[in-house]
Amino acid sequence: MSHDRIYRSLGFRSGLEVHQQLATKRKLFCRCPVGLNNGEPDARVTRHMRPTLSELGEYDGTALMEFKTRKTVVYELLRDSMCTYEIDDTPPFRINQRAVEYAIEIALLFHCNLVDEIHITRKQYLDGSIPAGFQRTAVVGLGGWIPFRGREIGIRQVNLEEDSCREVRDEGHQIIWRTDRLSTPLVEVITEPDLETPEEVSAVNALIGRILRSSGKVRRGIGSARQDINVSITGGTRVEIKGVFRTSYGEALTANEAKRQRALLEVRNELYRRGITTETFEASSVDVTPIFAGGEEDLLPEGFVPGPAVRVVRLNGWHDLLATTTQPGRVFAHELAGRVRVIACLDAMPNLVHSDNPRVFGLTDEIWRTIRHAATATKEDGLVIVWGVARDVETACAEIIDRAREATVGVPNETRQALPGGLNRFERILPGPDRMYPDTDSPPTAISREMVERIAAALPEPLWEVEERLRKLGVSEWEARDLALSPWRDVFEKAASGGLLPVKRLAMILTGHRRAARRAGIAFDSIPPGEMERALELLGRRTLLWPGFVALLVRLADAVRAGNGEEERAGIDGIVKSDRLTPAMGEEIDMLVNTMMKGWTGGIGVDIDAAHRALTGEVVYALGPRADGAAIAKKIGERLRGMR
Amino acid sequence: MQDNPYKGYRPPALDKLKECGARVWSDVEMETTGGVFSGIILPRAETADAEHIVLKMRTGYNIGIRADRIVSMTVRGVKEAHYRIPEQEFPYDDSNPNVTLLGTGGTIASRLDYRTGAVIPAFTPGELYGAVPELADVCNLHTEKLFGIFSENMGPKQYIALAEAIGREIEKGVAGIMIGHGTDTMHHTAAALSYMVQDSPVPIVMVGSQRSSDRPSSDAAFNLRSAAYAAAHGEIAEVMVCMFGPTSDSYNLLHRGTRVRKMHSSYRSTFRTIGDIPLATVTPDSLRPLREGVYRKRAGRAVRIVPAFEEKVTMVYYYPNMKPDIIDSLVDNGYRGIVIAGTGLGHVNRPLYDALRRAHDRGVALYMTVQTLWGFVQMYVYETGREIMDLGVVPCDNMLPEAAYIKLGWALGQTDDLDEVKKIMLTSVAGEITEREPHDGYLVLQGGLPEVQDFLKNHMM
Repeated sequence: MSHDRIYRSLGFRSGLEVHQQLATKRKLFCRCPVGLNNGEPDARVTRHMRPTLSELGEYDGTALMEFKTRKTVVYELLRDSMCTYEIDDTPPFRINQRAVEYAIEIALLFHCNLVDEIHITRKQYLDGSIPAGFQRTAVVGLGGWIPFRGREIGIRQVNLEEDSCREVRDEGHQIIWRTDRLSTPLVEVITEPDLETPEEVSAVNALIGRILRSSGKVRRGIGSARQDINVSITGGTRVEIKGVFRTSYGEALTANEAKRQRALLEVRNELYRRGITTETFEASSVDVTPIFAGGEEDLLPEGFVPGPAVRVVRLNGWHDLLATTTQPGRVFAHELAGRVRVIACLDAMPNLVHSDNPRVFGLTDEIWRTIRHAATATKEDGLVIVWGVARDVETACAEIIDRAREATVGVPNETRQALPGGLNRFERILPGPDRMYPDTDSPPTAISREMVERIAAALPEPLWEVEERLRKLGVSEWEARDLALSPWRDVFEKAASGGLLPVKRLAMILTGHRRAARRAGIAFDSIPPGEMERALELLGRRTLLWPGFVALLVRLADAVRAGNGEEERAGIDGIVKSDRLTPAMGEEIDMLVNTMMKGWTGGIGVDIDAAHRALTGEVVYALGPRADGAAIAKKIGERLRGMR
Repeated sequence: MQDNPYKGYRPPALDKLKECGARVWSDVEMETTGGVFSGIILPRAETADAEHIVLKMRTGYNIGIRADRIVSMTVRGVKEAHYRIPEQEFPYDDSNPNVTLLGTGGTIASRLDYRTGAVIPAFTPGELYGAVPELADVCNLHTEKLFGIFSENMGPKQYIALAEAIGREIEKGVAGIMIGHGTDTMHHTAAALSYMVQDSPVPIVMVGSQRSSDRPSSDAAFNLRSAAYAAAHGEIAEVMVCMFGPTSDSYNLLHRGTRVRKMHSSYRSTFRTIGDIPLATVTPDSLRPLREGVYRKRAGRAVRIVPAFEEKVTMVYYYPNMKPDIIDSLVDNGYRGIVIAGTGLGHVNRPLYDALRRAHDRGVALYMTVQTLWGFVQMYVYETGREIMDLGVVPCDNMLPEAAYIKLGWALGQTDDLDEVKKIMLTSVAGEITEREPHDGYLVLQGGLPEVQDFLKNHMM
């Protein structure tokens, strides 16, 4: 918890944007089926995106940045998962009404105020992830909350929107997308920046995920939920970390981002100490291609191919700052490299060399002297070398200078991409409200009061109340969470109130054992609830012992999966009878014990305890699921004692 | 925008705004029975209901709030939107050819209309340059806004005004002319200009967009740049339509004005040349001719403008079971020319015969085209065809129905003499009738066939 104090003292603030696909059959704005298709594409389309003005007459920063990258966008098309809507060659059809209802239900689960009329808004994305150049999105609810550790976490907004394309490949000036995922309906749940430590980020993320699942209206599986995490510290800026696939990653990602922001603020403070402010900041770049090309090849280290054009950027007074650590294993120069990679499309890494780590590629002191001379730089300056196609190198230099200038302010507004290991890297400038634009292709849709009342009346019980009730029954925290979202919740609650089995045992069967069974490939969840209830009852009454109970569940699961109607008709009692699952009783055990002990003479020097165990084991093995171990052990014990 | 502070609002929403001292563009906080909402009040679409007030929130999202749920509103100020692309003066370069862009409206030049919530034509061509500065790489652009209307409202008056404006520009010595036009009736206008502007020494390139220029994926910029290249540097001096070839933004096609037709309600690649092949492919920096037999760019400023149009001309799309009263009522209403889009080789049913004979006797000009679009009218093949010709219906060879309709209006605008009209109709002015149909003039690839799927896999759609 001491860590928490550190984050609180930094002024750590975080908010979440959880994107969750809805379990509709069809897409949001066309009639295509939802689902991914990994087949060979049927065809391809190529497009380019241009920024446009927002409704209020301004250009969005992200849009301009993405335009600078001059990317050719290619879409892979598969007939089964897309139509002409997905390639922006047909206007949207009326919004999927089922998706609207699901979104309203979810907004209500998060205690949101509902809007009365849904207005579809276009949110610009020029990276090509959406062929129209914008995502269609709409606010459904605002100003909600969820309970968390005795306080409320604010829910700023619940949106209904279409999912984007899947990225296939991003190389140089070309990015390839697949259109199958496009327009899958999803809800976006946006929290207020109420999370105060990285640990809370993960915990609240998991809680939101569970609430979404409690609706029963969301898709499951890999990629069906993604989160963006906003992080800032005091003096820093809101930075969005995008594409977090697992809720548990949030903790490391936000902790590292807080460190990065603190490091950037330290860089700024050091710049101030050196008299470098936004106003006094100076930088320039020169062409140094001739130094690397022709003539003095001996100078070049082996394996260094600088490309057709090379330039060096001089950052006045930046000596030593480029190597400032920002995240584990990352330095400030990575901030520059990120912009160069994304905006100048120079994506073969490393894409730059800098004077605070001069040995990369083994550039000699002599080369550096020549470069320093060409750049008219002093020892106090920082130098960054970039290479590649001339036009891209020029873009790169401009971006390096822009990013370095932003260091005099502190933390730039950025969207950053989550990387494995809890690190992040630059993805784009954080978009603002200027990229929002009303969708002129869709009329506003009024939400009728009748519809809201109908949905509200059928709303599932709040998740936290269910969990609380389960905990009160005596199950553990973990089991309460599991059962609250489990299809077995009703069966559990009914059986628990019946009192035939201890609550803890019941919970273990329906959580831990269920999990183990599913891992073992047994279709546990396909057992009809009524049959499960009856099986639990038989176990509770000791009509079945544990091994018999397990054997019965396996049979039931197999029968349902195989669609074996006859077995289903035979029902539990039939299976119990035909498979002889009931425990062996008095006489049957006696007979078996007699057989086993035939010829047993005992005698002096025999280890009676070992013999007891061995004989019991043999009888239990012989009876299989029908063996009542305790009864058998007792009986054999009696016989052994009798013989003595 | 200042004129109406309650733009689009009607009671009860209007009453609520007035009651609360708020107006369009007010920055407000609304207290409602369902929570507090804040943002800027936007104009309301007139076609939307009267119950809701539209708010733009700080996040950029719009929402609608029912007026009768609003308890109170606090007005915190006013923030009016200025949706405008900064107009920029075009950089003039002596080495670039002079091109004039004539503006008519349509989605190549459009912006958002808060009144209807739809896009309206409102960008001046100067603003267009602000959005597409690359135009300066290929030409010195001069612009003139002739009208600001949707293409469905284009008509004879506009055809004539356009033709005359083109004549003036050619006289001024421009190297090429572009015409910004909505796409719905672009092929009608293209046909009209093909007849009215004869022997043009310079390219006349019609251009529009299928996705409005207010969206990042718009085809407007690519179309405009390609059209500018064709107008400034192209060697083909005809009336042409310049729009997407495939739906990918990889190249445009130049279609002859009389042979082009919009073939899809929403695809970017909606324009196709029918019964022939397109004249050329064109990109923002290159042009590749696809065929011979085109009118080449020439020196000099001579051009023949023939501005005329008879409005009482109509087109009848024949269907089985059509009743003679359809034709009768046209005659009774004073129509002077009828273009029929007949079935197959150019047929209508027997019950229409009397009505057609009556029309002919009353001096109505009757012409036959085919609703198959591809192929020639061939009225000698079947007896039906010969009978219909005997009634005075004149076959139009392979003129497209729209091209024939426009041509008949143009011909009747010039003369009342039906023999003269017939001569005009059957003399090809701008490729509206071709002597031969090339074997690849009819290519509608059938999706799903293995060979077509192979083609699609290996080419950008």
